[in-house]
Amino acid sequence: MRLRLSCRVTWPAFELACEADWPLQGVTALFGESGSGKTTLLRVIAGLHRDPRTRLSFGEECWQDGRRFRPVDQRGLGWVSQQGDLFPHLSVRGNLDFAFQRRRGRKGPETYSVIHSLGLEDLLDRLPAQLSGGQRQRVALGRALLAAPKLLLLDEPLASLDAAGKAELLPALERLRLEADCPVLYVSHSPDEVARLADRLVLLEQGRILGEGETVPMLCRLDLPLAEREDAEALLEATVTGSLPGEGLSELALPGGTLWVTQTALTPGSHVRVRLLARDISLALQEPRECSILNRLPAVIREIGEAKRGQVTLRLDCAGQQVLSRITERSRRELGLAPGMRVVALVKGVAVLA
Amino acid sequence: MHHEVGLCPAMTDLLTPADWAALWITLRLALLTTLLLLGLGLPLAWWLARGRGPLRVGVEAVVALPLVLPPTVLGFYLLLALGPQGFPGAWWEALGLPRLVFSFPGLVLASLVYSLPFVVQPLTTAFRGLDDGVLDAASALGAGPLDRFRSIVLPQSRAGILAAAVLGFAHTVGEFGVVLMIGGNIPGETQVLSIAIYDQVESLAYGRAHMLSGLLLAGSLLLLLLVYGSRARKEARL
Repeated sequence: MRLRLSCRVTWPAFELACEADWPLQGVTALFGESGSGKTTLLRVIAGLHRDPRTRLSFGEECWQDGRRFRPVDQRGLGWVSQQGDLFPHLSVRGNLDFAFQRRRGRKGPETYSVIHSLGLEDLLDRLPAQLSGGQRQRVALGRALLAAPKLLLLDEPLASLDAAGKAELLPALERLRLEADCPVLYVSHSPDEVARLADRLVLLEQGRILGEGETVPMLCRLDLPLAEREDAEALLEATVTGSLPGEGLSELALPGGTLWVTQTALTPGSHVRVRLLARDISLALQEPRECSILNRLPAVIREIGEAKRGQVTLRLDCAGQQVLSRITERSRRELGLAPGMRVVALVKGVAVLA
Repeated sequence: MHHEVGLCPAMTDLLTPADWAALWITLRLALLTTLLLLGLGLPLAWWLARGRGPLRVGVEAVVALPLVLPPTVLGFYLLLALGPQGFPGAWWEALGLPRLVFSFPGLVLASLVYSLPFVVQPLTTAFRGLDDGVLDAASALGAGPLDRFRSIVLPQSRAGILAAAVLGFAHTVGEFGVVLMIGGNIPGETQVLSIAIYDQVESLAYGRAHMLSGLLLAGSLLLLLLVYGSRARKEARL
């Protein structure tokens, strides 16, 4: 399903100007700082912000072009906003039914299966005012799924939640990535959420699209501001090969080596995504002897970014998977690091995502 | 006349046929006015609360005029406009329609103008207070404009609609100056309660004035209790 978009929204202190042709599949994240225009872009796509200069089509359907404008309610959307925006006068069940009754013949999940998969059984008779933040967002997600949407739009669904609320909703969103029948557009300003949830990434800055592509390579592009962030990171695919419960460790296999992680609840044979922060990766020219760091991956330097505030970010190739490393410019100079050199990446921290 | 003041005998003994007629005309006038004003006020208030355009501010000011004008001023202009020499009164009569001044239809028309702000303002306030995000969610989930109005706007504005109806009704019941100017004081046709009471006091019939006044007092208190009671219940639910 392709989404083609050309829009220019002008406000006194802000302009959003985007040309896009996205192959919507799985979860596409619209990622940027607040004020980058990502929420406005989502509202343009939904049709909640109507600007005469917008041209927009979804698959074969023209949603907006000149005078042609398909109203929001006829686009077949699912919608979850930051606050959830549940209907305050309806119970949880009433909210779910509201979406179900307006499917207009589209096929989709049954109410009971959504209630079950999001764990809403005990909430059905409550009013929205009686729900916690995490519960509210779960209901909002369930309501959106029950609309049997052709396109699901999520506007920072986690942003208003505390840590407990996030922990409640994240698993549901992770399952959504794997199970959703429809493409998902996900607005976020959190790299952590994007790393966990997005298949594709559209990077926005000051109303412009800076870059787009699959999440994993996007995170490691040194020409984009993502790799310059303090929390720049790389994602790797790994397989759980075994565990040493006595030592509190599990072993993950990568194409280019093994990683030990301090988690034992992982099922051997399962595939996981691991996240390596650039600042947690140091470099050595040779395998160090007598060193406390367990995780050492042989790698080749592919690219070196510009030095900023005394630090540089390097993109490494680790048997086909990319990893970022952030070291001081002084270290780079003293080791004489240059693209093409073989190094050993010393990994001080690994986070297993799912 | 002081011996007639008590409320002990049955009301039927105390109310004369003229009183009953005044009561009936008042209730009919207030009900009809309230219903018509709700029908007119809902779309008007929606437009005032959420519409755009340069006309909006002007209309809002005109709607609020009856709040500040002395009722006699309003009644005077209405009398001129609706009279056989006025506009649209002259057209109205040229079409062969029944006369508006000193008639019940004229009273209804005047009450519509006079009570309009009391219905429109609570509605506008209610509509302005609606959460845009909730309305956006409803549209995104497939609810068209009428569907949204019916399933989201009306249920969430219940308190505002009740307040609008009660205020419109009560205010029409309590109207005096405009009614006197437009309706005259024709018993059985345009004599409403407030004017009947005035007449009775003028003729020193304090007992009858007491009956009708007490009735109005109790009725108004009941209505207001209804409004505040429902608001309290709503707050208790949340």
